[in-house]
Amino acid sequence: MAEPLLVVDDLKVHYPLGKTLFKPGVTLKALDGVSFTVGRGEVVGLVGESGSGKTTLGRAVLRLVEPTAGKVHLDGKDVTALPPAELKSLRSRMQIIFQDPYASLNPRMSVGQTLGEALMLHRIGTRKDRDQRIGDLLEKVGLPRTAAARFPHEFSGGQRQRIGIARALAVNPEFIVADEPVSALDVSIQAQIINLLQDLRKDLGLSLLFIGHDLSVIEFLCDRVIVLYLGRVMEMGTAAGLYAKPRHPYTRALLDAAPVPDPTIRRERITLKGDLPSPVSPPSGCVFRTRCPYAIERCAQVVPPLEEAANGHRVACIQSHELDLSNPLA
Amino acid sequence: MTAETTTPLLDIKGLVTEFRTESGVVQAVKGVDLTIGQGETVALVGESGSGKSVTSLSVMRLIAKGVGSITAGEMLFRTRAGQVIDLVKQPEGAMRAIRGNEISMIFQEPMTSLNPTQKVGAQIAEAARLHQGLTRKQAWARAVEMLALVEIPDPARRAEVFPHQMSGGMRQRVMIAMALACNPALLIADEPTTALDVTVQLQILELMRRLQREIGMGILFITHNLGVVAEVADRVAVMYGGRIVETAPVRELFARPSHPYTKGLLGSLPVVDHAARARGEQLRLRAIPGSVVDPRNPPRGCDFNPRCAWVIPQCREAVPPLLPVVPEHRARCIRWNEVNG
Repeated sequence: MAEPLLVVDDLKVHYPLGKTLFKPGVTLKALDGVSFTVGRGEVVGLVGESGSGKTTLGRAVLRLVEPTAGKVHLDGKDVTALPPAELKSLRSRMQIIFQDPYASLNPRMSVGQTLGEALMLHRIGTRKDRDQRIGDLLEKVGLPRTAAARFPHEFSGGQRQRIGIARALAVNPEFIVADEPVSALDVSIQAQIINLLQDLRKDLGLSLLFIGHDLSVIEFLCDRVIVLYLGRVMEMGTAAGLYAKPRHPYTRALLDAAPVPDPTIRRERITLKGDLPSPVSPPSGCVFRTRCPYAIERCAQVVPPLEEAANGHRVACIQSHELDLSNPLA
Repeated sequence: MTAETTTPLLDIKGLVTEFRTESGVVQAVKGVDLTIGQGETVALVGESGSGKSVTSLSVMRLIAKGVGSITAGEMLFRTRAGQVIDLVKQPEGAMRAIRGNEISMIFQEPMTSLNPTQKVGAQIAEAARLHQGLTRKQAWARAVEMLALVEIPDPARRAEVFPHQMSGGMRQRVMIAMALACNPALLIADEPTTALDVTVQLQILELMRRLQREIGMGILFITHNLGVVAEVADRVAVMYGGRIVETAPVRELFARPSHPYTKGLLGSLPVVDHAARARGEQLRLRAIPGSVVDPRNPPRGCDFNPRCAWVIPQCREAVPPLLPVVPEHRARCIRWNEVNG
């Protein structure tokens, strides 16, 4: 197997909270030791509830937030060790697409200026051929070349997301973090953007870390999927393997909870009680045990390691060998 | 059957709601007919700008004066006392006695609809005091009872906390407790689970289902999520461009979508074709081209015609009527029998 493009090793992002001269304060562990890889041309999905740390992970990989510990390598280069001045050259290789394109576009800049700025900052092309490049970029994302002269407010939500994608593509990145890029869009528009991402992936050979909460979108787009809970990986595997045979009770519960657009199906399923616990004081042992219908005493005592359960399928549950999640407790 | 069970709880006929904007008068709702029976859940489905939220705000008569108004139609509502009244014609004072009492509403973002400076118990008690004439003490007891009903653990203690001390799912439970404090006959739920995680969404949907069984209220459930529709609805009305374009019982609608827009929405849902994936094919969705209709500038004829794969010249001439597909199932498309074929 070829060397993966992105290697993330034991990444941690901890935030000290409430520390004063007289109080020691507490530590919020947004990410607590996450390791994974993204291969060349591969799309890896990242799912989990709000507060699971998925957005933090996406940003820490790009060093948009500083990791507390751990390593990120892109194409063999240590991203985490780069001095700030050298980060810029790396940014032309790794980009991000945000959920809300309107909030991430400058309303006072025309689309052409926004895209031109990215090209200029990274010294791509001459001033002369920039207009040509901008037009090509717009066409690539399904917008007319004339869109360059217009401003963000003149576009619909779906078109703005196309602009956000064009901006990320402007610097010819190899790797893109897509942070819930279709979550704010109407269903019919979401489908257009999903198709666009599929096309770009094929045409440009892009590698993607796709963050989402809609499990059907993740299954559709991703080769492999990582399930995150309270800053830790619960399970990871191929999309096909993980959806067909989840091995962690949390994955099973997430899949069960996703509403299926078929009124004839009435399923037996695990309904999780309560909410995500506070990341400031996570449960001991397995962080999921407080909501897990299968939890036993030992789950409170040991942190389950992420172990290989099948080829390329890893799971962090001490009971994964005994549990049969194909028939959940109702 | 008595007359009481045969007349619907809410019968909306020809509802038109308009807004005054800089670019002239815009019709957000263009003649909507919709009925909701007692104990029935009707899902109103649509994308941004379809008019689904304006329809629900019209039922509550919450369209701000000076900004917009209901210009035509009637909304016959059967009260708990068995009286049938037209909500369109009720004076504001009468509507105040109906809102939060006979008809309640829950919204997408509970944080913005709860008072941040008041304990949640007091907010639930207020509705009970206002509409049911309970004393302060009785109303507080009612609030605690309602928090228990919506499965909030340790309700007596939780009644004492402020909204920001609760999670999103808890806040939505508080909203539901508040909405149901006066045993409404009709609950309008406007995207109540859209801002929630799927695991919490499932909890809220199951809670609403249980409460409906126990209380027997009718629910108008507004959503854009067809998965949620399949979970909760008895009947579905699909809106596009301010009009209902298709309506049917839920199973019938999913089995035989007969309007190109409904069919397009269902085709837009990411469903993996496992056989194709195993062959290494690139998966694609049957997306609907173009953007949702701009209510300020609707096309001539059928609102959907610029995005429609079945369009013929006739579609650009006049808005088609809702045509019967089978009893109870109607579609606003002149080619419905080819669309669902």
